[in-house]
Amino acid sequence: MTTGLWELVLKGIWVTVQLLVLSGLLAAAVAFVVGMARTHRLWIVRFLAGFYTEVFRGTSALIMIFWVFFVLPVAFGWQLVPLWAGTLALGLTYGAYGAEIVRGALNSVDPAQREGGIALSFTPWQRMRLVLLPQAVPEMIPPFSNLLIELLKGTALVSVMGMGDLAFSANLVRLALQESAEIYTYILLIYFVIAFLLTRGMRGLERKLKAGLGKPVGRTPEQELRRPETTAVGAGGAS
Amino acid sequence: MTWDWGAVADFMPRFWDGLLVTLQILVLGSLISFALGLVWALLMRTPTRWVRWPVGVVTEFIRNTPLLVQLFFFFYVLPEWGLTWSALTTGVCAIGLHYSTYTMQVYRAGIEAVPAGQWEAATALNLPVRHTWTAVILPQAIRRVVPALGNYVIAMLKDTPILMSITVLELLGEARLFSQQNFQFTEPLTVIGVAFILIAYPASLLVRALERRLVR
Repeated sequence: MTTGLWELVLKGIWVTVQLLVLSGLLAAAVAFVVGMARTHRLWIVRFLAGFYTEVFRGTSALIMIFWVFFVLPVAFGWQLVPLWAGTLALGLTYGAYGAEIVRGALNSVDPAQREGGIALSFTPWQRMRLVLLPQAVPEMIPPFSNLLIELLKGTALVSVMGMGDLAFSANLVRLALQESAEIYTYILLIYFVIAFLLTRGMRGLERKLKAGLGKPVGRTPEQELRRPETTAVGAGGAS
Repeated sequence: MTWDWGAVADFMPRFWDGLLVTLQILVLGSLISFALGLVWALLMRTPTRWVRWPVGVVTEFIRNTPLLVQLFFFFYVLPEWGLTWSALTTGVCAIGLHYSTYTMQVYRAGIEAVPAGQWEAATALNLPVRHTWTAVILPQAIRRVVPALGNYVIAMLKDTPILMSITVLELLGEARLFSQQNFQFTEPLTVIGVAFILIAYPASLLVRALERRLVR
């Protein structure tokens, strides 16, 4: 491979990383807002949040991407820049999976903690911020780590829309060289390295957060079997 | 925003064709992933690390890289190696392989969740290794993993549209073809989006019910 082609791949990595960071931030915001809304005391808020999660987890990420790229401009007249369209579709979809993780972790906090908050006459928001979240967030890290890897894999989907990410650069190189085994092997390796770094980073974060709570790192087989699935709809959650 | 029911009616025959292909991919892909996942899980329990290590690395690699790129890899590289499969066969094998690395973890967790006493009892009864697995461990493990496997079937359903990228005409492929021929994007894409929700949501309720019944 020539240096020109490697430059293409480097640009692809940059687009993939940008997309990963932006959609990751959007997904995290959506996950926390919707996940906390699902534990709200008003049924209508819980219902709307539940409806959102079921709809966005029910349909496929690729169909969402097609929808944002093709239907939004025609139906509502919103033509988004490809990067933002991709961010929107991925962030909303993976945010819905994240919301399930947030809900499961909030529900798995010992009920006595919530009752303690009520006894101390904390407002609901104070209870969430000072009592529930500090205990629930460390529990969320391992499933969030899995979800982040799913999101990384999801970013490859935007290449179907012609966005110049890592997977798209592979196609360009394949067309230039008329040879595919080498370039696809490199691209898969690059994805693997990115995923490996992300996993490592999340594991470090988990260690740091759990150090303050005195909880063991890692999960038991029981948790593994009933973990809130990162890609499937309607898994029971950690509740 | 304009909604044209005529376009929906025109799209429906293609929709059923696409649905058939999607379900075909789902069933065959699931079967491959269930079988292969069990093989990986059992290989990961062999005593020699010369088996465990390579299997662990390969499955980790497949699990952490995008299905889309793997599909392209198989679609373009296999013919270079002299294997000319149809797009559908390639896609089914790739998606089955990809998901087998997930089901493998489910099986592993299921096997680990079998109480140690069962292993000890099998040893005490002097059962041969094969019988220990087929008569004692696996029946108990499989029962526990069914709901988790069901979740991955639903996940796989939502990954089938990716096969469109290697020219398989499943639901999304049909919808895209229709929209390009008729310049109507809103209707077919919305119809298949809704169809996915209508299939995935009841399926997830079913899995939840299974979970309540089988995992106690």
